[in-house]
Parts: sequence; C-alpha cells; structure tokens
Amino acid sequence: MTAISDLAKLTPRDLFNNVGDWVLQYVLKPIGQILLFVVIAGSSISLLALVVGFVLQTDWHGIDILRVPARINLFEQVVRQLPNMFLDGITIGFVYAVIALGYTMVYGVLKFINFAHSEIFMMGAVIGYEVMVRLRDGQLLTTLPPLLVIVLMIAAAMVICGGVAVIVERVAYKPLRGAPRLVPLISAIGVSFFLTDFVRGFQALNRNIFNMPYLTDQIPFLTQRIVLAEGLSTTNTTFIIILSAVIMLVGLNYFVNATKIGKGIRAVSQDQATASLMGINVNLMITITFMVGGALGGAAGVLYGLKTTNVTPYIGFIPGLKAFTAAVLGGIGNITGAMLGGLLLGMLEAFFSALLPYFPALGLGYSDIFAFAVLILVLLFRPTGLLGKKVDEKV
Amino acid sequence: MTLLKLENVHTYYGHIHALKGISLEVNQGEVVTLIGANGAGKSTTLRTISGLARPRIGKIVFEDMLLNNLPPHKITRLGVGHVPEGRRIFPELTVRENLEMGGFSVPRHQMQERMEYVLTLFPRIKERLNQLGGTLSGGEQQMLAMARGLLLNPRILLLDEPSMGLAPVLVDQIFEIIQQLHAQGTTILLVEQNARMALQVADRGYVLQSGQIVLADDAKTLQNSEVVRKAYLGEE
Repeated sequence: MTAISDLAKLTPRDLFNNVGDWVLQYVLKPIGQILLFVVIAGSSISLLALVVGFVLQTDWHGIDILRVPARINLFEQVVRQLPNMFLDGITIGFVYAVIALGYTMVYGVLKFINFAHSEIFMMGAVIGYEVMVRLRDGQLLTTLPPLLVIVLMIAAAMVICGGVAVIVERVAYKPLRGAPRLVPLISAIGVSFFLTDFVRGFQALNRNIFNMPYLTDQIPFLTQRIVLAEGLSTTNTTFIIILSAVIMLVGLNYFVNATKIGKGIRAVSQDQATASLMGINVNLMITITFMVGGALGGAAGVLYGLKTTNVTPYIGFIPGLKAFTAAVLGGIGNITGAMLGGLLLGMLEAFFSALLPYFPALGLGYSDIFAFAVLILVLLFRPTGLLGKKVDEKV
Repeated sequence: MTLLKLENVHTYYGHIHALKGISLEVNQGEVVTLIGANGAGKSTTLRTISGLARPRIGKIVFEDMLLNNLPPHKITRLGVGHVPEGRRIFPELTVRENLEMGGFSVPRHQMQERMEYVLTLFPRIKERLNQLGGTLSGGEQQMLAMARGLLLNPRILLLDEPSMGLAPVLVDQIFEIIQQLHAQGTTILLVEQNARMALQVADRGYVLQSGQIVLADDAKTLQNSEVVRKAYLGEE
C-alpha cells in the first residue's frame, strides 16, 4: 500500500500503473475467481443433471420411487430446464456463500462453529422487512429509487447484525474462551434458540405478526419479468442478489488480504499467542471477525428475503445449516472455499428442486436431504473439504 | 541503567510451579543470557516477561512500568520484542506479511525505514518476500522470526533458543547477527541451550535450575566456573 504522501510524488504513468495493479489484484482477480467458481459449479452440476436425466429417462431400473410418468421425457425436460436451474443455482448459491463466510471466518479465528450465525442471518431478513415496512409507512417505498431501498435494507441489516454478533460474542462466547470446546458450542446453540424466540416475541408484541412477507410486489422494478432467452426469464431481484453478493465477496477479499486489520485477523487465526507478541490485540481482532461475519450474515438475510419474500423467525435454521455445509464442503476456515462450497451447494439444490417434481413418488419435499447428504459424504471422504489443506493436529 | 527488572517472580502452569522466585536485571545495551537444562524455566521466564504467562507472585518492571497485568500486545507495544521458541512464523502469510505483522504497532511512515533496516541485516529474507512463511527452511524461518521481532524497533529483544535445530553454519550466522545487534546498542535477553556460544556473545549470564537462579555472574567468569563447565559445557 502506498501512503498518500508517496502518491503525490508519482507521475501520472506510475499512478496509472499502481491503480492498474491495485484493480488487477483486488478487483479483477477475485471477480475472475468467482467467475471460475460459477463455471466450475455450473458445469459440474449441469453434467450431473444431464447424466441423471439420461440414465433415468426411460428405464426406472425396477425401483418404484424412480418411476417417471410415462409421457415425460426426463432428458428433454432437464435440458430445457438447465438455464433456469443455473440461474437459480447461482442466486441461492451466492446467498449461501455469503452466509458461509460468517461460519468460516469465526472458525478460522476461534476453531469454533458459531451456530448462532443462522439466527443472525434470520435477523438480517427481519430487519430488511422492518426497513421496508417503515419506508412504506413513510410513503417512501415507492417514491425512493428501488436500488436505494435495497441499499438501505442491506445497510441497516449489516450494521445491526454486526452489532448483535459482537454482543453475542461478548456475552456468550468470550467468558468461555479456554473452556473445553463443547462448552461454547452449547452456548451457541442456546444463543440461537434465544435469538429465534426473541425475534418471534418481539414481532408478536410489536406488530402482532409471525409471517413477515417482503413488500417486493409494491416495487414493480423488482417483480417485473425480464426475458433473457426463450423459456428463460427472471426478475431484477436475481441480478441484485448476484451483484450485491459479488460486491461483498470482493470487498471481503480486499479486507482480509490487503488491509492491516485483515492481515492481523489472518495472523490471529494461525497463531494467537505469536500474534499477541507482534502487538496485535487478539481480542479486538476476534471482535472484528464477529462483526464482519455478522454483517455479512445480515446482508445475506436481506438477499434471502428478497428471493423467497417470506420471512419468519424460523427461517434461519435450514439455510444456516446449508451454509455451514457449504463451509465444510469448501474447507472450513478457508474463505475461498466457502465461496466455492456455497455456489456448488446452491447449484445442487437448484438441480434437485428442478428434478424432483418429475418423480411423483418423491416430490419437492426431499430436495433438502441432498444438501445434507453432501455434508455426510464430505465428512466421510474429505473431511478437510475441497480446498482445505491439512487437518489441525492440535484439536 | 536498568531496563528490565524481575523481582522474586513465581509462575505456575496449573499446579506446576515453573518459576520459583526468579530475580534478574537487564541493563540498557547489555546482552544477558539465561542458560540451563530443558525444563529449567528459561522459556517460561521469557513468556512471563512478555505476558504469555502470568506471574502469581513477584514484580516485573520495564523502565518504570509494572508489566504484571498488561496483556501481551500492550507489553510488545512498550518495546519488548519477543522472538518465541520454535520461530512461530505464520505459515500461511507471505514473508512480507509476516514482517508487516512484526511491525503491527509501528506507524506507517516509519515502516519503510524499519523494513529496509531489517532486510539489510537479513539479506536472505529479501529474496523470499513473496513466498509463504511456511515454505522457508528452518534457518530462513529463524532469520525471519528475528527480523520480525526487530521490526518494531524493540527497546529489549527477548530471544528464545535462536540456534535450536539449526546447522552449525547457520548457528554461527545467527550469533554473528546477535553480536552485530549488540554492537549497535540493542539490549538482548538471550535464552540458549548452546551455553558455550551464548556465553561468548553475552556480557552477563544467569544459570537456571528447576525454576531457580543458581548462579549469576559475568559471562567470562561463568565460562570458567566449575559448575557451568561441568554441567553445561560438557567439559571434564
């Protein structure tokens, strides 16, 4: 990093080169990496989809539950649905990736799974709802530019969820530092129940509601269909989700790799005692990690709310578990891995959501078991995850 | 002038009484060595000074500050540089980032100058700046650890077993650098198993035995003392 005083001395050409290097290093490279992951996840799942479609199209191998109604050609259906599946998969995949970062960052620093993270995510979704309702009450929801509305929702969720995550760490985890590893884990589960019921109770008293449907239908910009190709249409919401997630991933990459605090966090995650000998305030770095993870979780909550539009105090659990699975799939503790894991899992889910309705004996309700089957398979065959390097021997 | 003073320091690891009343002094500009067998409490003494372990009884005074209850990062920021045993390089950070961590509390405008200074002391590190710390050889890691410790321009440098596990040529290099630092006026508290080398570069020395100081004298005198020669220099 160049100090401001040095920048003044640079010739325009140097400046261009420096800025060019910077853009290459912290914008183009991570975006390229994300694109690569999208391609990897997309092509591997497409391949899987085509193989499954082909294998099961006519012959159901004598297994009743794999029987497809006779008039449907499964292969054709899969091919037809592939583009939609892909778009759906990366949308939800990016949401999982952003949540997974919260799990993986905290794990990296404290070697501890913050199971309350799923409820921080849920709170983000609820805060997004609150912002929308308040804007509507102030007659601002339809008059403000739609993008500004979304920025406001995300910003509010990030600030509040970041704060809540820090408070949770102070109250429920910090006093247990140094206790056996199961103890903070149980504390995290307790916090998670507390937050769920706190939000439920709060919204019951505050508005006497349980369901918090997003008011996206009042913003035509978000609901109007955009036809991308024949048979493939979507809404601006999809692009907003993808774009916000990419901005957050690139921002996090910059924060972790280029800033002093980000490097301090990495140092703490590798060796706390030595980091403290360098003059790094370990507790502060842990607090910042929780704040950043919580802010990302909150933002992901808003994105999830925009996508599903139905928010309740109980939506945190399943997406939280899936994001945790994504973090394990990519290699827990590994930030790049969390992104890859999230995208892969999102794709996989989109694929099974598209495929299962063709099997009347199974139905859509089974789509979640595949995500958790992945968790079990990864833990059995590659416990370090796809991008994980070594198993921590000191456990 | 006394820079660092330990008075009757007792440190426990759980129920293990690791330091049993250590008192020692390090003066400005001196190289002082602590020698002793495995488990004598040499490393514990350094860890207690830098805040990684807490004294239960006793006082640790650095200049006029009482260090007993300060967290390690604050002790470091007062100017106590600790190069830990086993080097403890951050394996997943590049060499440059490792050095930046060493200068975490150094103001940005001084960073460049400090960086240049330590890289002239350890030219081999300079060739490896963009490599990951974990890919360096043992000797290079030791040099990086020392460079990292020196970045914050410490008032006192605590060196814990800098020669451990290194080939003889590298041991000589490390000790040359210690002498060089001494000549430049750096205050050093050196913990070593290689008592012969340590006593050659030190001004004074303390001999530790099961958590207690059994001998304290000039390095020259210690080199010739009967006890040290038999117990630590392996001479008959």
